[in-house]
This record gives sequence, structure tokens and C-alpha cells, in this order.
Amino acid sequence: MNRTRIALALTAVAAMLAVASCGSSSDPLASGGSTSTASGGTIIVGSANFPENALLAEIYAGALSSKGVKVEKKLNIGSRETYIPALQDGSIDLIPEYTGVLAQYFNKNAKATDANGVYAELKAALPASLTVLDKSAAEDKDSVVVTKTTADKYNLKTIADLQPIAKDLILGGPPEWKTRPTGVPGLKKLYNLEFKTFRPLDTGGPLSVQALKNGQVDAVNLFTTDPSIAANGFVILDDPKSLFAAQNVVPLITKSKVTDTISAALNAISAKLDTATLGALVKEVVVDKKDPAVVAKEFLTKNGLG
Amino acid sequence: MINRILAWLTDGAHWQGDDGILRRVVEHMEYSLAALAIAALIAIPLGLYIGHTGRGRFLVVNAVGAARAIPSLGLLYLAFFWLAPRLSGEIAFLAPAGLVLVVLAIPPILSGAYAGVEGVEPAARDAAVGMGMRGTEVLRHVELPCALPLILSGIRSAMLQVIATATIASVLGLGGLGRFLIDGLAVRDTPQTASGAVLVAVLALIVDMFLAMVQRSVVSPGLTGRYGKVRV
Repeated sequence: MNRTRIALALTAVAAMLAVASCGSSSDPLASGGSTSTASGGTIIVGSANFPENALLAEIYAGALSSKGVKVEKKLNIGSRETYIPALQDGSIDLIPEYTGVLAQYFNKNAKATDANGVYAELKAALPASLTVLDKSAAEDKDSVVVTKTTADKYNLKTIADLQPIAKDLILGGPPEWKTRPTGVPGLKKLYNLEFKTFRPLDTGGPLSVQALKNGQVDAVNLFTTDPSIAANGFVILDDPKSLFAAQNVVPLITKSKVTDTISAALNAISAKLDTATLGALVKEVVVDKKDPAVVAKEFLTKNGLG
Repeated sequence: MINRILAWLTDGAHWQGDDGILRRVVEHMEYSLAALAIAALIAIPLGLYIGHTGRGRFLVVNAVGAARAIPSLGLLYLAFFWLAPRLSGEIAFLAPAGLVLVVLAIPPILSGAYAGVEGVEPAARDAAVGMGMRGTEVLRHVELPCALPLILSGIRSAMLQVIATATIASVLGLGGLGRFLIDGLAVRDTPQTASGAVLVAVLALIVDMFLAMVQRSVVSPGLTGRYGKVRV
């Protein structure tokens, strides 16, 4: 019974994937491409298939249309492997991206970890037809997170502040952190941190959140814009030595489509976005189940951007 | 691939230390034996009672049958999210893992116990009553020894399942041989993952063989048909 169900589910998933991959490579995006070139000034905003990215796309789209730019939305397209080709063939023109992973996508040897270094490497690695506008301070990346109580008790602001107390603390994270250079070995090498124990949990998932919340671990690896950080009042420790490569949110756009109005509107958004703001907005969408378009509109109105 | 697994297993460095094979085997056996002991404490008395009296048979047989269908990993997460806010420290991880293994071990032990008692020859029971034994005496001196082969095979099959499943304790960051599976998968270290699986299988076989010997030595020769030397 159980096995049959699993088998059925797997078959269904496989079938859906097959259908989805057919779709993305041929039908909707390709036809979108041909209409876009015909209509000239329209900007087609795409997004990856996760809530935060779709929300950022809504923010971009909202700001552009309030400045009189004609906007079309193609959200939740898929992974980077799908939407970058779509950007290159003109099916979409603009998408919210992250500096570190995007630099890695175009240049496997990208090495910088600090925000400006990564941004420079990214600009150098981009193909001629694409460009990025200003990066925002908002980042969606690995981080070490503690509870508000722990942060207040030991006056913690950055990962480096953990140094004197780490030997009494339990660190939680994904199993691969035990050996990964950006995990336990990196914390030791860069910050000279040796925790009492490392407890392998999951990758920024519910186990990690629960274990931190209930005090089974004292510090844990979560992604910086994880809505559970805002929901539980967790504190993200700064990473002054850039153990985790910078992942600033940045608009990736087709070079030929950029006008002064567009770059001014998008750069104004980047100037207003930081990690805490983005985390709170994502929480509204994921935890409070609000419509991303509404959350985007509220953000733009509040900041005088739309 | 086989060579790489052998190379991993024969590397002395992998056997020592806090995350070495020896330590993991000890942890694995600790979890398994603790869960088996708790399950036996619950299931054997309950099974004997049901077999002896015939009461509650329908309910228990069906409940036990249903318990076999519980997915262990699902129960593990459920138990963790329920227990973690109520417990502190290491026990918040041990309790959910223990619960899962106990739930897994109860059905085979329980059904071995009640089936064993139920299957005792009515003639033997009648003879005992005819000799003037009371209910508990019949249970202790006749039904229990006669049921022993089935009780022990229930324990054996529970132990086998628990050893194989104790790997999921590692999902909650506990030790045991599951660490090699999970840590190996996380960094795509296939030799480590495969070696972990091999170690679990070997451990299960060794323990099962040991229990088979125990079974052979404690069960009355009169039941197994192996008569020893007659001592006068």
C-alpha cells in the first residue's frame, strides 16, 4: 500500500518534471520572447521559483510600472539553469539575482567573498548582453544565528564575539558543515572558534529552527532571510571576515533594455533594501500568507518608491 | 567501488576517535539495546497476559498490526517537534529516537509472546491444572517455558529491525552508524555511505547469530527435540 503510493507519487513527480522541462524549453517563454521584441519598451520581469525571489520581482515590477514603464510579469520560472537562458534569448529582461551564486554561475573560479569583491567579479564574468545595476545591502546567504537571549547575555554582534564563549556552546548546522570549508573548519580557521560540540541537523530547515528555539543548540546555521528568524526574534551574527561569500540582491537585466528611468527606479529599491527588511517582507508572504503583490506594493508606498 | 569501500573500512583512522567506527558501533548498540529493553518490558508482560487470559486479544492484535504501519521517519519528526519544546538538552534528541525504536520493537515481541502462550498444548495446561497449579503457576512453570521459543524469536526479529532502523537516530544529530550514512551523503562521500550500510548489515547479522545461540541454549531441549545427555 505504502510502497505503491510512493511509487505513484514518484511517477507523478517524474511526469510533472518532464512536462515542465518541455514547457520551459519550448512553449511559453519562447512565444513571450517574440512578442516582447515586437512591443519594444515593455520590460518582462522574471523570477526564480521561490517566494523571496518572486516577491523581489513584484517589487521591481511595481516600482517600474509606477514610473510609467510597461511591465509584464513571468514569475516562478524555475532554477538559474532555466531562467538565465531565458534572459539571454529575450524571453525575459529583468530578474532579481544574488551576487555570489550568479558570479559562480558564469565563472566557476570566482574566489572573492566580500560584498564589493564579489560584485566586481560578477561584473567581469557577465556575458556582454547582460548587466547588473546597483547591489542592495540585503543578502540571502548562510549565517550563524543565535537567540535574542543568548545575544543579549554575551553581548554578541558578530561571529568573532563568540570566541571567548564558543567552548561552552553547541553549534548546529547541516551535516556537511562538519567538513565543509565554510562550516566548522572555516569557523576555526577564520575566527578561531572551537565549539563544545557540533550537532548535525538539517540545512536551514525546521530541525535547526526548533533546536535553536528550544535551546538544544546555542547557535545554528540558517539563511539570512529565513522568515523564522523574524518570527522568533533570532539574531543574525555579522560575518566581518566574510567566511560566507556575499550574496547581495541585485537586479540582473538585459543591457539593451536599460534606460535612465529604469536604472534610477531599481537602484532606488536597492538603496532601501537590507537583510532585515527583506526577511520581514518574506515573513509576511511565507508565514502570514499575504499576497506577494500586496506586500511589494506596501513596501514601495512606505518608501515613496511607487 | 568495492575496492573503495574496502579501503575506507580498512583505514585504521576511521576506526578510532569520537567519530570512529568503534565508538559508533557502541552508540548504535546502546540505542538499540535500550529500545529493545523498554519494548520487552512493555510487550512481554502484555503478551503473556493476553495469551494466558485471552482478554483484549482483538484490540491488541489490531493495534499492534496498525503500529507496524507507522512510518518511522515521520514519527521521528512528529515526536521531535512535540517533545523538543518540553525537554532540554540531549534527552530532547534521545527521547524521540527512542520512542520510534520502541514503537518499532513492540509488535514482533508482543505477537511472539501471546502467540507463544496461546499455542501451548491444551493437554500440558490441563495437566498442570490437574496437578493443582494456580493460574500464575501455570503461566510461570508451563506456559512461559513452552512459549520461550516464540518469545525469543519475537525478540530476535525486533532486534534485527531496531538495529537496521537505529540509523535514523542520526537524523536528529545523534551518533550511531547512521552518522556515516548521513554525513557521507551530505558530502557525496560514497565509500563512507556504503561502508556505513555494510557495517549496519554486518552488525545486525552478528547480533542475530548471537541471539540464535542464546535461544538454542535457554530453550528446553524437550521443546526443540535436542535431548542432551541424561544426567542422573
